[in-house]
Amino acid sequence: MTSINLCICGEAGQGLVTIGQLLAKCLVRAGYHIVVTQSYQSRIRGGHNAFFIRVGASPITAPVGPIDLLVPLNEESIEIHRGEMAADGWIFRDADYGMDGDRNLPVPYASFGGGIYVNIAAFAVTGCLLGLDTSLMEGMVREAFGKKGDAASEKNLSVLARTVEWAKNLDIDFKGLPAPASPSRRMMVNGNEAIALGAVAAGVRCGFFYPMTPATSIILTLIKHAREAGIVMEQAEDEIAAVNMAIGASFCGARSMVATSGGGYALMTEGVSLAAMTETPLVIAIAQRPGPATGLPTRTEQGDLEFVLHGGHGEFPRAVFAPGDVTACFALTVKAFDVAEASQGPVFILTDQFLADSYRAVEPFTWPEATGNPAERDREISPEDYQRYALTDDGVSPRAFPGQSGALVVADSDEHTEAGHITEDLRLRPRMVRKRLRKMARIREAVVPPVFSGDASPELLFVCWGSTMGAVEEAVETLRREGRRAAMLHFSQVWPLRPGDFMDTLESAEKVVAVEGNATSQFARLIRRETGFAITRHVNRYDGLPITPGFILDGIARMGKGV
Amino acid sequence: MVTLADYGEYETAWCPGCGNFAILNAVKQALVKADLAPQQVLFVSGIGQAAKLPHYLNANVFNGLHGRSLPVATGAKLANPGLVVIAESGDGCNYGEGGNHFLAALRRNIDITLLVHDNRVYGLTKGQASPTSPEGFVTKAQPLGNPSIPFNPIAVATVMKAGFVARGFAGDVEHLSDLIVQAISHRGFSLVDILQPCVSFNKVNTFSWFKERCRKLDANHDPTDIHAALEVAMAEEDEIPIGVIYQNDRPPFEDKLGLTANGPVKTGETERREAFEKILSAYY
Repeated sequence: MTSINLCICGEAGQGLVTIGQLLAKCLVRAGYHIVVTQSYQSRIRGGHNAFFIRVGASPITAPVGPIDLLVPLNEESIEIHRGEMAADGWIFRDADYGMDGDRNLPVPYASFGGGIYVNIAAFAVTGCLLGLDTSLMEGMVREAFGKKGDAASEKNLSVLARTVEWAKNLDIDFKGLPAPASPSRRMMVNGNEAIALGAVAAGVRCGFFYPMTPATSIILTLIKHAREAGIVMEQAEDEIAAVNMAIGASFCGARSMVATSGGGYALMTEGVSLAAMTETPLVIAIAQRPGPATGLPTRTEQGDLEFVLHGGHGEFPRAVFAPGDVTACFALTVKAFDVAEASQGPVFILTDQFLADSYRAVEPFTWPEATGNPAERDREISPEDYQRYALTDDGVSPRAFPGQSGALVVADSDEHTEAGHITEDLRLRPRMVRKRLRKMARIREAVVPPVFSGDASPELLFVCWGSTMGAVEEAVETLRREGRRAAMLHFSQVWPLRPGDFMDTLESAEKVVAVEGNATSQFARLIRRETGFAITRHVNRYDGLPITPGFILDGIARMGKGV
Repeated sequence: MVTLADYGEYETAWCPGCGNFAILNAVKQALVKADLAPQQVLFVSGIGQAAKLPHYLNANVFNGLHGRSLPVATGAKLANPGLVVIAESGDGCNYGEGGNHFLAALRRNIDITLLVHDNRVYGLTKGQASPTSPEGFVTKAQPLGNPSIPFNPIAVATVMKAGFVARGFAGDVEHLSDLIVQAISHRGFSLVDILQPCVSFNKVNTFSWFKERCRKLDANHDPTDIHAALEVAMAEEDEIPIGVIYQNDRPPFEDKLGLTANGPVKTGETERREAFEKILSAYY
């Protein structure tokens, strides 16, 4: 077996996310690769939540369907997931649950401590049978519970020891994983944390938000590090306030961001337009969830691409990044701040619930050398005759910040003069429109081209964007093992598109399939609008769950012989 | 020494006789009295005839969207607490479109001065009822008379224990400019609701209507007594008290965040890099 898909599940409030995280971190420290998928309901307690860890000794990039190891924390979980079990899958369950059949291990949780210690016992059994070192697990328990005092830590350690002792002597046919290649020191980070860390690296100084699932943990991560990094964070009264606060802070020279999901972004759109008109850098992170309206608040979808491309009244440049994995969340957030500053306007980081909550083992993030404090990199300006919107060849006017030089800085949401004052000079208006649009050249220069991988002359080319990258990669690998000439073209920047970067690839493929987490193939339609190239085959998922390699392969199979 | 000339003279887009001219004069006089140079001051405004005021003097200006002067001002103040930030807009902008921001600003008590040009009518959109229009106020949009009762910003701000709550009148520039000086020097959120006539669209609350009713607060009024302040704020309108109605010394929002005058803008590169490396250590 190349990977094990394990599912820890139970009611909200049972602490399954905690043990999922502890186990995932142990696996990462032991050198394994992980893809975590979190499935939860929009409620605080009760209901059914699941923390999936797909773990592999060699690199893996996508979630998969069949469960190889189910660790239920309540009896109901077994019924819910029974149908998803792999043929040789195992269930490690409480010995008190009445259950027959093969491949299920009754664990005497009550004898290890029961009650609140079931979690640690489940962690211990699972870790032990996956082959984790006891010392690694002990260290993790100390880290996790040390803060609660010695007593709590000691009690948990003793439950761990007793459970491991029991599990070590088991003789069952559960195959663990081969040892991973020599473990390098890697981080365990999810998409939202990576965006927050990218923002810290980019020098974000102010963040404003109104809580909204699944974006909230971007903000909570920033808040966790705010004191240390010198960041001001404020929970605004609504998303309209949040985006306007970010613009106010950015106007004063502080790199600023907001984070939200589709519904919050709906309220922010006037601010997107304001950032464009006042030429104020603004980074907007959007973790998508299924809509319309409140939709499925805790599930995933790629349904807001067109909304993000078009939100905000009037015509103005923007850039939209769509990271394919956790590492890209970090790198593209750093880049988003730079592009926002270079083009003095709104820049988006578009992810979804799946990637937002998906922990991965990643190579350590590194300090971006090129970025820095905008105030330090401000161009020379002459305070006496400073004009915020001076007409320049590239459309970019030097920024000065109120109170930081002798210059008076005047910005206006109305059409304005070079000095920033309201105007109805209709001869000036087209010049200002063109000035703003000229900045698109700066954005275009910095575009991240799509990544091609797979067969060099494919008969089957998958086009995808954002978080579906890993699933498409693995589907392509599977097809190639079956002898198909398959390849992937993945876009981690979905606007603007530079057709020169990818048209040859599209045109030379025999068959092109667009893979998207939405119902209407929004990205395929964008490509057609921008290039005239029509993609006619589509794999779409819009049931709220992430796209898996299996889902893609099934989709291809359904297309019949021609594909 | 800062002088009136530093703040300049500009042509305006206001109607002749508009109360905005007097308010502009009062604002400039206040800045001079407070000895603030234009470079130290940031005006943030929304949309409406009042919101154009910052274009008619020399200062840093962010003329944003309708209703949003307070959030932009809040972000600016947090980024650079050393700036004197003045939000300036009309009654529709602040109490209507921006109502939620007004309530939140009262709670935050951030050190911003809010000047509300309150003429009790929408001027720029030509005469609809505003949140402060009297009940029964007839307009083309409310032909049967305004069915709602007016918003009472002074009472709301007092109940919410805003740092500084005052009412001024555009017909008394000297008094108004003194109020604005006090509002600026108060550390915390300061509201100055400024009564003004709209010569084009408010034929009820005219200059003489206000003039007859506005009375400077009695010297005995104690603005630190919230009950006395509420009584003034809730008074019927046969007499309208102007002056400092309520005041407290609640610490401003910035103090609670531990911000220095430099704010977060100037943190150095080396410092930030060290912090970044330290932060990452929690993720291994």
